[in-house]
Amino acid sequence: MKWRAEVRVWLKEGAFDPQGQAIQQALSRLGWDRIGEVRAGKAFLLQVEAPDEGEARRLAEEAARKLLANPVLESFSLEVEPYLASGSGGEAV
Amino acid sequence: MLPGGVSGLGLKAAVVVFPGSNCDVDIYHAFLDILGVEVRYVWHEEEDLSPFDLAVLPGGFSYGDYLRPGALARFSPVMEAVREFASSGKPVLGICNGFQILCEAGLLPGALRKNADLRFRCRWVWVRVEQVNTPFTCLCLPGEVLRLPIAHGDGNYYAPDPVLGELEAEGRVVFRYCDANGDAIPEANPNGSLRNIAGISNPAGNVVGLMPHPERAMEELLGGTGGRKLLLGALTWLREFA
Repeated sequence: MKWRAEVRVWLKEGAFDPQGQAIQQALSRLGWDRIGEVRAGKAFLLQVEAPDEGEARRLAEEAARKLLANPVLESFSLEVEPYLASGSGGEAV
Repeated sequence: MLPGGVSGLGLKAAVVVFPGSNCDVDIYHAFLDILGVEVRYVWHEEEDLSPFDLAVLPGGFSYGDYLRPGALARFSPVMEAVREFASSGKPVLGICNGFQILCEAGLLPGALRKNADLRFRCRWVWVRVEQVNTPFTCLCLPGEVLRLPIAHGDGNYYAPDPVLGELEAEGRVVFRYCDANGDAIPEANPNGSLRNIAGISNPAGNVVGLMPHPERAMEELLGGTGGRKLLLGALTWLREFA
């Protein structure tokens, strides 16, 4: 069975995020002055072949821990759901 | 070649080349044409460094810096050989992207973040030699100030506090950004690195990583010779101690 794992990688809580700060400053200059702190991260969509959700999660978590995130600097979150042939490339707006 | 150079010692240097390395030719030139040392490029798919006496991971943008600088190069087949080479005690130097790769590979602690001001910094800096008990700094005096060029967007050294404490206590901070007088003041820090750290070593001291480019500071004609002592140091160290 195919699963869709979404890994989001963030700089660790409290670590200075110069990209997020630069984006926040640009937003503020453009008039979005009610948007406070911005933090920039990365998102990865993984298509995982696994017999059950637990195994899919285990594989995706291993990939996130060993490659997608650098544990010195970054933390990650993980969501796993069944892969649907349509609409799994990301959220439609 | 340097007057009274070190040619003929039979030493052999490896320059590890990843897809996207771009300072490989500079360090090759430094070894061969300036120091008169036998040198060979080692493609990242090769798996044997045993014929060599020292290895350099050069600067550049391995794998286009995709994901994070050094994150993908770390899994190249050659890295297992680099790991063995390092644990055998032979000198390994990571310059700029090479430093980032050594950190990602866990051969050196910490990580290089985006420069604090997000600017790509390409200029000359001063660094103070903090530790002379490494192959690369064995010809330097403690506290000696070297003028070297930097060129990076991700050189902002970070390690958690306990790791920083360990690095300091064990004398593994090898270079610190400083001013021309050798003072490691915040104004002399080009990228936001914690404690002005420009380069560190592993516990044994044979693996050194730094953001500045010694291979670009080998000839007066090209702006300065602050890097000569570091490469010459490794050769001298190999001759004396290995």
